[in-house]
Parts: sequence; structure tokens; C-alpha cells
Amino acid sequence: MSRPFLEAVALTCERDWRLLFEALDLRLMPGDMLQIVGPNGSGKTSLLRLLCGLMQPTAGEVRLQGEPLAAQRGELARNLLWIGHAAGIKGLLTPEENLAWLCALHQPAERQAIWQALAAVGLRGFEDVPSHRLSAGQQRRVALARLYLDAPPLWILDEPFTALDKQGVAQLEAHLAGHCERGGMVVLTTHHTLENKPSGYRELDLGQRAA
Amino acid sequence: MSSVFALLLARESRLLFRRPAELANPLVFFAIVIALFPLAVGPESQLLQTLSPGLVWVAALLAVLLSLDGLFRSDFEDGSLEQWVVSPQPLALLVLAKVLAHWLFTGLALVLLSPLLALMLGLPPRCLPVLLLSLLLGTPVLSLLGAVGAALTVGLKRGGLLLALLILPLYIPVLILGSGALQADLQGLPTAGHLLWLATLTALAVTLTPFAIAAGLKISVGE
Repeated sequence: MSRPFLEAVALTCERDWRLLFEALDLRLMPGDMLQIVGPNGSGKTSLLRLLCGLMQPTAGEVRLQGEPLAAQRGELARNLLWIGHAAGIKGLLTPEENLAWLCALHQPAERQAIWQALAAVGLRGFEDVPSHRLSAGQQRRVALARLYLDAPPLWILDEPFTALDKQGVAQLEAHLAGHCERGGMVVLTTHHTLENKPSGYRELDLGQRAA
Repeated sequence: MSSVFALLLARESRLLFRRPAELANPLVFFAIVIALFPLAVGPESQLLQTLSPGLVWVAALLAVLLSLDGLFRSDFEDGSLEQWVVSPQPLALLVLAKVLAHWLFTGLALVLLSPLLALMLGLPPRCLPVLLLSLLLGTPVLSLLGAVGAALTVGLKRGGLLLALLILPLYIPVLILGSGALQADLQGLPTAGHLLWLATLTALAVTLTPFAIAAGLKISVGE
């Protein structure tokens, strides 16, 4: 059996003296999509932040290609695209400026590519409007436009469907499934039931584990 | 790597220019504090002149401190800091660019404004070069040290007072050397010693504090 790309071993997370989950194992192979579900406060976001290396687990460890995350930070950074609940979009900057900067953190993108990505998420004509003037759904689309640029293989997305309209949700689902079919990996949290599931789809219910 | 540094500088400058009020706040504070002293102490030019090195430095120090509270706040709240931490770019380099941009528009602006205010306090014009040089060397240290405190307190709802308590003790050497240089110049004594020590602090701050700021931000983001 081949080595998993990202793996969590006996992961335990405690916040403010409350145990969110313990001894959690998960493996992620190329082509996998992992949906994390569970009631509010069950530790979905914390799990994602542990996988990104933003937080340290109380016990257990996250491994990237078999090596502990602490030794693999650079490798993870090159392969990871993280969109948190707050997605790093500055209200004072235009969607184009926001995307240009977020891409430059990984690898700089051409202006042309950014405009195409914005058009792909339905923001044609909003390229140079300050982002704080956009609606919540449109702001979410700005963040999601990063998925349409040259994106690294592992996507970790916290509630990507928030504030999107029906058509936006369907489009994003198709895009995520396509990414997995092409050998990418997606870890996401959402309460919404996915219609379009790739073959590598799995679900992890944090609520049931705690029960 | 250096292109990211330049891009971040450009981005931060753009952000600052779209919120001009925040740019003006520390400068207005600096000007008002200095303008208050002649009103309170009285227009005795000899007394004001003796006090002026200390007054200019204390006012500049408080103005920098005032501007630092929000340094990382908006980046923390909108998730930008998380993006910096997970990116392949070295975080210390990113924060150095961020603090440099901040200093260019607050610290440097204070330095440029200071001769005018110092003359208001009766500082003789022959002392202006030392005033400018000492502030030019000292304000980057104030910004960088303050950024360490700002990084550690960014996750707290009301970090302002804590920031002052953390950082003011660290400002003491800068204050002593900076106002000392000016005091010496006012009395016609050589100032090279003070200024060289101040330059040492600047070099140390530029090379070492970015790592401390980066570590502080990682802790704040990881909470």
C-alpha cells in the first residue's frame, strides 16, 4: 500500500480545558476528499488548523509523506492551500489586488490569470471595486477564486460554501470533485450535503466520535 | 523572496493610504503633545530649551506606541496572518516588510515633522542635525520593539494597555541614548558616542526582532 500524503496519528485536541476529540486517525491519499461534519463546537475548525500546522495538537501528530509536520513545514507550505473562515481578504483592496498578493505568497500569478479566475467565480466587472463594497457571498467568491489559479494539490477549506448561492454551490462542488479526480486532495468542513461526490469521497463525523 | 518583500511593502503602503486618518493620528498626537508644553510650562524660552530634548523624545516615543496597537490587528482578524504563516515565505521577512512600511509612514513622518516642533520649543537650529539623526536611528527601534509587543497582544481584545506595559520598559535605553545625544549637543559636547550606541541598537533590532515578532505571531495565530 502506498504512503498517504497527509496523515493524522492519534490526534487529540483540547481547548479551554475541554476535550474536543481524542485518538483521531485519518489518512489522505491523492484523489481523496474528506468532509468533516459534526455539531457546532465539535472541533471541525480546530482539526483543520491542526492539519495546516497552525495549531499544535495536545497529543498525537500530523505527518506529511510519513514525516512529522514539524520537519516538513516548507514542504507542506508548498503543497497547501488553506482558506479559513476569515480568508485573508482585505476590504480596502480590490479583488484583483487581494488575489495578486495571496498568489504572490505562493507563486506570483499573471494579471491575465487573475482576471480569468475572477471571471470563473462570476466576478467579471468587479475586479477593481474595493472588496468591502461586495456582498458576503461575493467576498467568499474572491477567496474561492484562488482555487481557479495554479493551485497546489492539497486544499483545506473551512466552510467554503458559506454565503454562496445555489448556482455557486453547485459550481464549487463540481470544481472540488474535478480537483480530486485529477489527483488533488480536499479536506473541508460543511453542514451541507454534497451532491457531487468524487470517487475518493469520505466523511468524518466528529459528533459521533465524541458520543 | 525579495520580490515578495517589495510586493508586501507596496501592499501595506496602499492599505495605509486608503485609511489616511490612521496615518495622520500619530503625527497629530505628536504635534499636540509638544504644543501643550509651552502652554503648560509658560513661555520661558530658557526652561523650554533645557527640557526640549526630553520632551521631543517622550512625545515621539508615545506617538509610535500609540500607532502600534493596531499594527497586526486587522491582519489577524481578516485571516491574513494565517495565510502568512502557512505560506512558504519566511515569516520573519514578511513582518520586517510590514514594520518597515509602518515605520516609513509613521516613524519617518515623525522625524520629518520634528524640526518644526523642536524649534517651537526653542531648540537652537544648530542642534537640528543631531535631532534628526537620533530620531532617524531611534524610531525604527521603537517600531520594531513595539511590533514584538503588538504580535504578542494581537489576539487579546483590549491589548493596548498591556502593550504599553510590556514595551515601555524596553524603550528606556532608546530614550536615554536619544535624548542624551540631543542634550549633549545642546551643551556643545560631542554626541558621537550616544549616536553610535543608538546605531548599535538599530542594527540589533533590525536583525533580531523580526524573529521575535514572527514567533509572537505564530503563538497568537495558534491560540
